[in-house]
Amino acid sequence: MRLKLLGAGGGRLGSLAGLGRSGAGSLSLPGCLLYTRTGAAPHLSHDTLREVRGVPGVAHIALPALAEIHDVLEEYKEGAAKFMGMPDAVLYCSLHDPVTPCPSGYNTNKTVSLWGSSGRMEMTPSKFMDIQRAIQPDWFQCISDGDTISGEAGRKRAKKSVDRSLSFLDMCLQLQEKSPELQGSVMFGAIEGGDILEERLRSARETAKRPVGGFLLDGFQGSAMAKETKLKLIASVTAELPEDKPRIIHGVGKPDEVLECIERGVDIFESFFPFQVTERGCALVFSYSYHPDPEATVLTQNGTQHLEKNGAQEDQEEVSKADPEMTPFEICLKDKKYHDDFGPVLEGCSCYCCQRHTRAYVHHLLVTNELLAGVLLMMHNFQHYFGFFSAIQEALRDRKLDQLKELVFRQALQGPADATLRQ
Amino acid sequence: MAAPAPVLRIAAECGRSRARAGELRLPHGTVPCPVFMPVGTRGTAKGLTAAQLAGLGCRICLGNTFHLGTRPGAELVRRSGGLHGFMDWPHNLLTDSGGFQMVSLLELAEVSEEGVQFQPPHGGERLLLSPERSMEIQNALGADIVMQLDDVVSSTTTGPRVEEAMERSVRWLDRCLASHSRPQQQLLFAITQGGLDPALRRRCIRAMTRRAVPGFAIGGLSGGEDKAQFWRTVKLSTELLPRDKPRYLMGVGYATDLVVCVALGCDMFDCVFPTRTARFGSALVPWGSLQLKNHQFAKDFRPIDADCGCPTCQRYSRAYLHALLRSNTAALHLLTLHNVAYQMKLMSSMRESILQRRFPDFVREFMATMYGGRGGPPAWAREALESPQFPGPPHSRPSPHCVFLYKFSLCFYFYRFQVF
Repeated sequence: MRLKLLGAGGGRLGSLAGLGRSGAGSLSLPGCLLYTRTGAAPHLSHDTLREVRGVPGVAHIALPALAEIHDVLEEYKEGAAKFMGMPDAVLYCSLHDPVTPCPSGYNTNKTVSLWGSSGRMEMTPSKFMDIQRAIQPDWFQCISDGDTISGEAGRKRAKKSVDRSLSFLDMCLQLQEKSPELQGSVMFGAIEGGDILEERLRSARETAKRPVGGFLLDGFQGSAMAKETKLKLIASVTAELPEDKPRIIHGVGKPDEVLECIERGVDIFESFFPFQVTERGCALVFSYSYHPDPEATVLTQNGTQHLEKNGAQEDQEEVSKADPEMTPFEICLKDKKYHDDFGPVLEGCSCYCCQRHTRAYVHHLLVTNELLAGVLLMMHNFQHYFGFFSAIQEALRDRKLDQLKELVFRQALQGPADATLRQ
Repeated sequence: MAAPAPVLRIAAECGRSRARAGELRLPHGTVPCPVFMPVGTRGTAKGLTAAQLAGLGCRICLGNTFHLGTRPGAELVRRSGGLHGFMDWPHNLLTDSGGFQMVSLLELAEVSEEGVQFQPPHGGERLLLSPERSMEIQNALGADIVMQLDDVVSSTTTGPRVEEAMERSVRWLDRCLASHSRPQQQLLFAITQGGLDPALRRRCIRAMTRRAVPGFAIGGLSGGEDKAQFWRTVKLSTELLPRDKPRYLMGVGYATDLVVCVALGCDMFDCVFPTRTARFGSALVPWGSLQLKNHQFAKDFRPIDADCGCPTCQRYSRAYLHALLRSNTAALHLLTLHNVAYQMKLMSSMRESILQRRFPDFVREFMATMYGGRGGPPAWAREALESPQFPGPPHSRPSPHCVFLYKFSLCFYFYRFQVF
């Protein structure tokens, strides 16, 4: 695995190359992973996923689903990627699923608890490595104690998370040396420490001393940590990390938060966010087209303002009626107002759903609980989200990250808009 | 007005059964037959995109008038460019009349001469689905083939109600014909009824064949009736229905039923079974079905069927599908893909064998694969296939009959050829 940085301002523009068994895999940075559930993109079969443009070169799978079929993988012998029908994929195995809540209070000095469809699984580092040997991932998160996000963790708990995670890391590195199946696998060290700066710095420095291939910023999931604290800690942590190794963060998915993390030295994100949007019957419609086209900008601005004045009140009411998790970056297609809207989900979007179908059709599928709703929305939401990361890379290249930030942050504040995507 | 071009073109007929192979010439393209039509109830083929369904070779599928008429409503579908536009489906569509759903789904559906009165399931005042209203909705939906509104009774019903329903269906056919506003773009098929009573069936077919309709359905079956009576009713119907028009046997979809009913002379079939069973984790195979949620498949690293070329079998194992079923709806779509592919392959194999004059061989192999280890095909199927066939025109003196015989237990067969 080789990390190459292109030295743009405001973020780490670059790429990872030489990934995977073939060594042909690559990932543009800053970038995201393809979120999968047990190895398949949610709702999507291989051929429907193929219709999505910009699918990232690294797939993300969470350990619990694989831990539950450990015995199957051991018998299969040829690794999880091949078992899951993606023999050429580059696979990253995280400890937890970003979408499954992890109840607090179960980790010990010797074990970490994971949650899967059959409930809680308690894992030692040794058992963890056994399973990784059967999975044979390209990248994997080392088992760590990230149980500091409930908001009740104090300094002592933060310190424990760092101590335990380092101890697990050392054990696992030793076990990896003795495992022929894992010689090609890159271990990512988890940086813990809750919301205590000292502990975060300690975790970063100590983890950086170990021969890990990359770093994972853990414990920033959820909403308990104050935003300023979160951003400050992220920046402080990445400042301690070597430039030439990638930094993944877990639990961050909203466009504004992604940009904030990129500015603070994070390279790679998950793509669970478009999945969550899909599950609530919503579609991502935020604009990331920051190109300064004066005429169009004026029109858009006027248009948006006009919409805001008349629609904001209504939209706010609808937002409160709709899913409380809904963000300003999406529209809820379950809403009655779309039942006879014959436009595409997002004007200008080139995805399968927007090219072939209308908002009215997707609305109908949602209202009648048809499975195809999830398929079409997932295709759109993934493509839109992957396009966002392309736009970020482009903005860094053009030194226009500030414009992109301004555009995204404006939308974060102004509520749902029926934006037009111009590319 | 010039006579419309015939819908059915027969390319080959099996001399030893009533099976025929050919194609249907429909407004949105040619469809090889015999054909199985997947059911896309609410304007969606159940988790498959339109592109996937077409990619499997499907050239005609079903939409349900009742469901679509309720939500999103005929007018909205019409404004979307009809059901074709709404679903983005470039090939053929068939809509049923809505009658069957109402009777089977609604507790308070009341049938009278006017039509079927019912309470919409999602609120609103009581509505009447009359033959005229059904045609109006189907005209708005714009399917290539539309079905008359029929008075459907369960196949297990007996007594005067059966005759009443049959007679009424004839009258409703006339009303549908009269109110059909797009006869050039949409083909209206009649639905023959009469329960399991041969006399009633005969009367119904005689009456309906007097009307100028391009195709006939055999309705009122596949509802839990005794299989012995089922096949006899199908056979009687195909003997009496005109040779040169398509025969659509509604609601039939199990593999064995399809094979037997093709042998009995049916051309078109529809059933929710293959797509529905997929969503329960069941994969159809030539020797039955695999319940992939069962623990026995957890470490079975083979594909569902090594001889199936579908995208699912090309890439995924039973063990993986077993695991995926727990966490990702993608598993349901992969199984739906496979089951539709299975049905398509079954029909095209039958068609090929009829064209190549070896349909009886196909049937023998099919039965051996499906029932080989289980003591042979069910009695009703054997009887149906062994029954004497009279491929001549209905009311004429029967020619020396041709016999299509199977002796499965003795593993040999004999047949006599008929010379016309």
